[in-house]
Amino acid sequence: MASPWVEDATLEPTPGTPPGTLKLLLKNRVALASGLVLLGFVIVALFAPLLAPHDPGKQHPEAIRASPFWLPGGDIRFPLGADSLGRDLLSRTIYGARVSILLGVVVVLLTLVMGTGLGMPAGYFGGWLDTVLSRAVDILLAFPFLIFALAIMASTGPNLVALVSALAFKGWVDFYRVARADTLAARESSYVTAARGIGASTPYILFREILPNIAPPLIVLATLRMAVIIIAEASLSFLGIGVPPGIPAWGTMVADGRGDIAGAWWTATIPGLAVLGLVLAVNLFGEGLRDALDPRMRR
Amino acid sequence: MWMRFIGQRLLQLIPVLAGVSMIVFLTMHLTPGDPIEHMLGQAGRITQRQIDELRAHYALDRPMLVQYGLFLKRALVGDFGPSYSHLGRPVREVVAERLPATLELTLFSFALALALSVPVGVLASVRPQGLFDRLATAGALLGISMPGFWLGLVLMILFGLRLHWLPISGRLDLGLVLPSATGLNSLDALIAGDGAALWSALRHLLLPGLTMAAPMAAMVVRMVRSSMIGVLSQDYVQFARAKGLPERAVICKHALGNALIPAVNVVALQAGLLLSGNMVIEVVFQYPGIGKLAVDAISSADYPLVQAIVLIYALSYVLLNLGADVLHMVLDPRIRRPQEGR
Repeated sequence: MASPWVEDATLEPTPGTPPGTLKLLLKNRVALASGLVLLGFVIVALFAPLLAPHDPGKQHPEAIRASPFWLPGGDIRFPLGADSLGRDLLSRTIYGARVSILLGVVVVLLTLVMGTGLGMPAGYFGGWLDTVLSRAVDILLAFPFLIFALAIMASTGPNLVALVSALAFKGWVDFYRVARADTLAARESSYVTAARGIGASTPYILFREILPNIAPPLIVLATLRMAVIIIAEASLSFLGIGVPPGIPAWGTMVADGRGDIAGAWWTATIPGLAVLGLVLAVNLFGEGLRDALDPRMRR
Repeated sequence: MWMRFIGQRLLQLIPVLAGVSMIVFLTMHLTPGDPIEHMLGQAGRITQRQIDELRAHYALDRPMLVQYGLFLKRALVGDFGPSYSHLGRPVREVVAERLPATLELTLFSFALALALSVPVGVLASVRPQGLFDRLATAGALLGISMPGFWLGLVLMILFGLRLHWLPISGRLDLGLVLPSATGLNSLDALIAGDGAALWSALRHLLLPGLTMAAPMAAMVVRMVRSSMIGVLSQDYVQFARAKGLPERAVICKHALGNALIPAVNVVALQAGLLLSGNMVIEVVFQYPGIGKLAVDAISSADYPLVQAIVLIYALSYVLLNLGADVLHMVLDPRIRRPQEGR
């Protein structure tokens, strides 16, 4: 085993969020732009009732399969057109942002807390706890995520609580692995040894010393996981076993419009474009965040 | 040493697969839907006695643990019992019928993804931040951010419905008949020497294959690119350049081999992802593989069928990971040594 002294010299911990993270993030034009787009999505989701021109569930018989305004036959009252039931696509797309963002945030927070909460003690204490958890993680890793979510959703039917559990079931594993590995490394570092030396309690060391130091990669991972969760939720909704019917969701809207792709192609493609936009913004922002939090990872 | 390593890894698979099977068994049995009712929905009027007989026949009246034991015992020999929704035909038969289609689509998209992504990743790394690199990086990001069901629909609209270049569903043109040797249509056509059928099979594979390949190709482009950039700055590459070797030889002979090693792991993990995405794509393109079969089985509460398919997915997933580890070991001697020392 390498001597701890050598390791201390090479393992130089950056305490907490590196200074100037915000400045670096603001200087990165792509990250700034994607952050603004993301903010736009959040505002749209929050103020959906004020922004949507129509009730997303209301059927307008006169507008069935209406074209978007820029196409011949378009009606400006339904700017993005309407679906096969005459529901306004713009309003439904605006409302659809709510469920995507809400589920993304809830699932990521849940898995972040769970993965970190299990990974830190496993890395710090090791022993049977680490063995048991790491075995469980091995099993979960062998599980194709989407088909598992499908199995859960199939057995419960579409409902939000089951959807969150299905999406969170395997998601915590990534956070667990990062938190465990980084805690394992931090355990032997000089600042933890020093804290132990002055008699700090274990909870103090875990939460006040180690956690701030391992946070940056976890935050970056959280952003990137959000993108995965949003796509997964949309895929399940597309298959009809995600968000319950009645709540406008992008995946469901694409599925609804699938039968119309020969004629009213916009009913299926526009909501999918919204998924793409949101996920793209999340991914770009996550990469900017990674560059800002850890300049070494910049390429 | 090889045998021991592979043997060890195979032993590790046992608890993993046991856990997976238990989870699958439990989730499918917590369903509110009653499979007998689903079956009778198709069969018409049946008496209570017949219902009880069916329940006994499928062991649905036994305790859960007994049912799991029975399930596991039979699963080990590939026997998943009768499928509830396919008129009681054996699950094995129903799955075997559809498996080649999925296998063909997966292999095709895997090959497509590699053929597209490795050259793009290499070319992008040659001049980082150049125009090609920026385009490749942007394209890769797009590929990762795109929901598969949406990309599939867009390709369908564009190349199928607007341009009429490619078929949007199925596996072969109507009227074409192929002798089934492998079940992989393109391979069967090749064996039979039937050019028209081969053309038709490949055309049918292109859109779903491209949709499935997109996210994987995107990941591999990123991996190959960053790993190539790392390798190209190393001393031995600089030395090869200093020797006066042409850049093409430096990249293809000296750098690429080493840059691909970390990519192998990503590729294997992505192959697992490919399997998951497979379901959505088969549904979009009405492709008659096991992914679509699984989605249909779920909606008719056909437990045995779902269990079998999930286990197939999980098994191929872990085998792919095992394959990647072995390949990684073959390619990278640095990993082998500490293993020997242990």
